[in-house]
Amino acid sequence: MKSVIAENLTKTYRNGEVKALAGLSLDVEEGTVLAVLGPNGAGKTTLVRILATLLTPDTGSASVGGIDVVKNPDAVRQIIGLSGQYAALDETLTGWDNLTMFGRLYHLSGSASKKRAEELLERFSLTEAAKRPIRTYSGGMRRRLDLAASLIIKPKVLFLDEPTTGLDPRGRQEMWGVIDELVKGGVTLLLTTQYLEEADHLADDIAVIDHGTVIARGTSDVLKSQVGGERLELVVESHNLSAAVALVKSALSVDPTVDDGMRRITVPVSESSAALVKVLRLLDEAKIHPLDIALKRPSLDDVFISLTGHVAEEAVVEVAKKGRK
Amino acid sequence: MIQTIGDCLVITKRQLLQLIRVPEVIIFATIQPAMFVLLFRYVFGGAISSGVQGGYVQLLMPGIFVQTVAFTLAGTAVGLAEDMQKGLIDRFRSLPIARSAVVIGRTIGDSTQNIVTLVVMALVGFAVGWRPSSGFFKVFLAFLFLLAFGFSMSWIGVLIGLSVREARVAQNLVFISVFPLTFLSNAFAPTTGMPRVLQYFAEWNPVSTMVAACRQLFGTPNHFGATANSWPSQNPLWMSLLYMALIVGIFLPLSVRKYKNASSK
Repeated sequence: MKSVIAENLTKTYRNGEVKALAGLSLDVEEGTVLAVLGPNGAGKTTLVRILATLLTPDTGSASVGGIDVVKNPDAVRQIIGLSGQYAALDETLTGWDNLTMFGRLYHLSGSASKKRAEELLERFSLTEAAKRPIRTYSGGMRRRLDLAASLIIKPKVLFLDEPTTGLDPRGRQEMWGVIDELVKGGVTLLLTTQYLEEADHLADDIAVIDHGTVIARGTSDVLKSQVGGERLELVVESHNLSAAVALVKSALSVDPTVDDGMRRITVPVSESSAALVKVLRLLDEAKIHPLDIALKRPSLDDVFISLTGHVAEEAVVEVAKKGRK
Repeated sequence: MIQTIGDCLVITKRQLLQLIRVPEVIIFATIQPAMFVLLFRYVFGGAISSGVQGGYVQLLMPGIFVQTVAFTLAGTAVGLAEDMQKGLIDRFRSLPIARSAVVIGRTIGDSTQNIVTLVVMALVGFAVGWRPSSGFFKVFLAFLFLLAFGFSMSWIGVLIGLSVREARVAQNLVFISVFPLTFLSNAFAPTTGMPRVLQYFAEWNPVSTMVAACRQLFGTPNHFGATANSWPSQNPLWMSLLYMALIVGIFLPLSVRKYKNASSK
């Protein structure tokens, strides 16, 4: 069963000047996690807003839990949770006030919304901060509370729009932990992110989007193999370069790319740490001392360069600027 | 329907909770008009001849009550613009609640805050010599009238707040529009001294009809208003009710429509 289906969605802003979505189609299998990966301005937020019934598409159709988002938005709102890029909470109120308020707005009874607020605060380690106004919370705490607010009715489908953007590494780790827990509970989740690492960590499946369409779709393994997966990068002194190239080639049975000027050898590797150990051992035996050696994971830029032939940011800054109303 | 009323009340409760969590807001919202009462009473009170028994303060209090509730619009506009900016409106819109609940709850909440402000101002007024002479029932009616006017002005605030999307812009816009409206009226001084065009404006200004209506209900002759025998100055109560109905009739549907299409980015 598909929990989320989007078909040929288009959406333009400012009378067609800015094309946010240009015929985007995707689906999410029930109980799985799809990460929508793309740079700023690729159309991620527009997609989420359409699926969460906040925007209507110009053309195309979408359904969530089998319900059409344009024809029957009220029914969709009964089964979804949404947590946006910015913590959408009343800052002057306490965490407790916010959660009980949203509980009441989901039409829980007074006692049920209190009970639910308690459960959620406990679950997101916010019990101690419950009676403090949100404006005293850290960025990570706000995001957790925002996520808690989107889980009040135990939604069938959850949308998270860039859940970790702007968080420090610790906040990000905490958020990942929380999302992992959720996913174990079997929720269908569509999240957007700019970080390949995040998509890799959280999602079963990744859809890469650029200029409002899906340009690649698959598991992170599939995508990485498309991009070339991890690479071993080795820098040696110039008089060792040719010897090192021969050594790497024989060790890994792959032709490395060589940058003569930078004295850098790059080679795609599959079992990366084993390959690293092997190459290091051979270099040591040959008395070649590497100036630098590293395993590089493909970044969003690498994905973009290999899928579209252009760097992510460049394409995007322009569109993002235009997209601001 | 009952559910929608419930949703409105949750939003109203939110507004009132804010007052408890951040009491500074209501304290300052009350100090300002109380200060105005004292300033006008003692600065202009001596300069403007009121011609009514009990002096200038009898004419001033209705004026300053109306000015204060007219500014309900500011609280609504700024509050909603902030909610837009912070994405809170998006969250509300993703909830299974009636489209009108958020804005209706908001206007009720903002109007309710006026109760506190009006009580404090009335006490300050009483302390400096204000004595309504019409009896409890009519005074009570006047305050209901003021609360109703605050509620209707709040609907203009909804449209402004949802349209400008920036709290500071909303603030400025409200001040440059509402301040002249409250001063180009019979609220603080006789309109007879104004240029002819402004006199007409003041005559028809809803603030003037409200002030005249309140003076009538408080049992004070409206010495600052009657520059012409126009219908509004003769029938301030009916004219004010008509204005309120017009304002709500125009701005409520516009605001709900705006809210339906509102989206923070």
